[in-house]
Amino acid sequence: MRIFDPHIHMTSRTTDDYQAMYTAGVRAVVEPSFWLGQPRTSPTSFLDYFDSLLGWEPFRAAQYGIAHHCTIALNPKEANDPRCAPVLDELPRYLVKDRVVAVGEIGYDSMTPAEDTALAAQLQLAADHGLPALVHTPHRDKLAGLRRTLDAVRESALPPEHVLLDHLNETTVKEAKDAGCWLGFSVYPETKMDEERMVAILRAHGPEQVLVNSAADWGRSDPLKTRRVGDLMLAEGFTEDDVDRVLWRNPVAFYGLSGRLDLDVDATDATHEGNSILRGGE
Amino acid sequence: MTQPHTSRDTPPAGNPLALTSLDDLHTQLTAHLTEPARAWLARALDEAAARSGTHGPISAWELRLAEAGRRCGTDHVDAVRILILHAAQAGPDALTRVYQQGTAAERRAVLHALPHLVPGPDALPLVEDALRTNDTRLVAAAVGPYAARHLDAHNWRHAVLKCLFTGVPVDTVADLHHRARADTELARMLDDYAAERTAAGRPVPEDLHRVLALTASEAKES
Repeated sequence: MRIFDPHIHMTSRTTDDYQAMYTAGVRAVVEPSFWLGQPRTSPTSFLDYFDSLLGWEPFRAAQYGIAHHCTIALNPKEANDPRCAPVLDELPRYLVKDRVVAVGEIGYDSMTPAEDTALAAQLQLAADHGLPALVHTPHRDKLAGLRRTLDAVRESALPPEHVLLDHLNETTVKEAKDAGCWLGFSVYPETKMDEERMVAILRAHGPEQVLVNSAADWGRSDPLKTRRVGDLMLAEGFTEDDVDRVLWRNPVAFYGLSGRLDLDVDATDATHEGNSILRGGE
Repeated sequence: MTQPHTSRDTPPAGNPLALTSLDDLHTQLTAHLTEPARAWLARALDEAAARSGTHGPISAWELRLAEAGRRCGTDHVDAVRILILHAAQAGPDALTRVYQQGTAAERRAVLHALPHLVPGPDALPLVEDALRTNDTRLVAAAVGPYAARHLDAHNWRHAVLKCLFTGVPVDTVADLHHRARADTELARMLDDYAAERTAAGRPVPEDLHRVLALTASEAKES
């Protein structure tokens, strides 16, 4: 089973996780920029983080045979802090980099005017840079947040088929699908989605446009949840082709919109069997 | 702390990007790039030479540097970036900016470009920065001819030791034979490292013995 985790915060994970992910079949990840638990207090703190997503973290991933990409943005939560918001001016020079495959995570946290401004500005940045957008849907007041997100997307220059709406669940999947966006689901040990509910959603709505991620970070989360979903899909009667579509081809298709996916792990960096890893997209 | 990476991830020996003349590099690239990549490179070099145009907060040639990987492919990207830096006549200030604002891949290209573009020691802080990382791609790029020319003895010895620690082949270290010759302090450091490895029950890297042998040769009269 080849797995592309389209949303995982590897900065917060150990090398043991990389090893276990490789063993489970993970060959590619996208790490969206987000907050770090401890609030940042200045744009320079973001810059060091972005540099890490384009420097150290891909190197670390390559050591374990995993191709690492990232998305760059001012996250919704810190968009509300006037000390952090000026980082928006620094984003254009990051959004041109190789291996930046989307603008994200953007979206709503508490649905404030500051979040409206940051979301609209960053949807425009995505359109300007030929990038798709990874849009986080809020944990609190989720359905209202989804609708407000869809309004923002409709008002933007970015077509809905270049938008991945993440952290969806039973209450939001239909409207997100009807809007023509890609559908992201985060599978967690306790909150968000679990494997059984994920499989039920796949049965009800089909595997088209669906991406499943672990969204693993510094909280209670599990970087192998993608594999667990694949295993349960097979146990519940989905075909290997369905699993490959959800866990590999759909993320390759969505982030491939950037033209910047490079799924070859440099042979000089790869550590497993001393060889480069399969190429995606075929 | 992150442990040093072992020889599992050794970069290729030698440092042809820093040693090949820019004309030869250009000729080799032209032979290997696809037609669209070749056309893109020609435009990028013209743009860099004219130093014209901007893309938001950065100049157009810095945008070309950033996107070189997806335009020309990862096999050729270092050479492409070196040629763009040369066409833009990037000096220590521009190289420092590109390095500091660059991805690891862009930083590596800047390090390879240093011997071609900077005659004096002004860009040494970039080499020192790369040698502080644990990214073996950057460490390998940092120990090229520019470091051989300008790095002081203490930092150079630590760079050699770091290569042994991180599994970067010592063949990557430019001018190793000359700089290691009769270096008794380097010999002491290597002996101590070998003793530490042995005490821990770990093998002593073959490269260590090779460098140790070089330190034993007499200083050459100039």
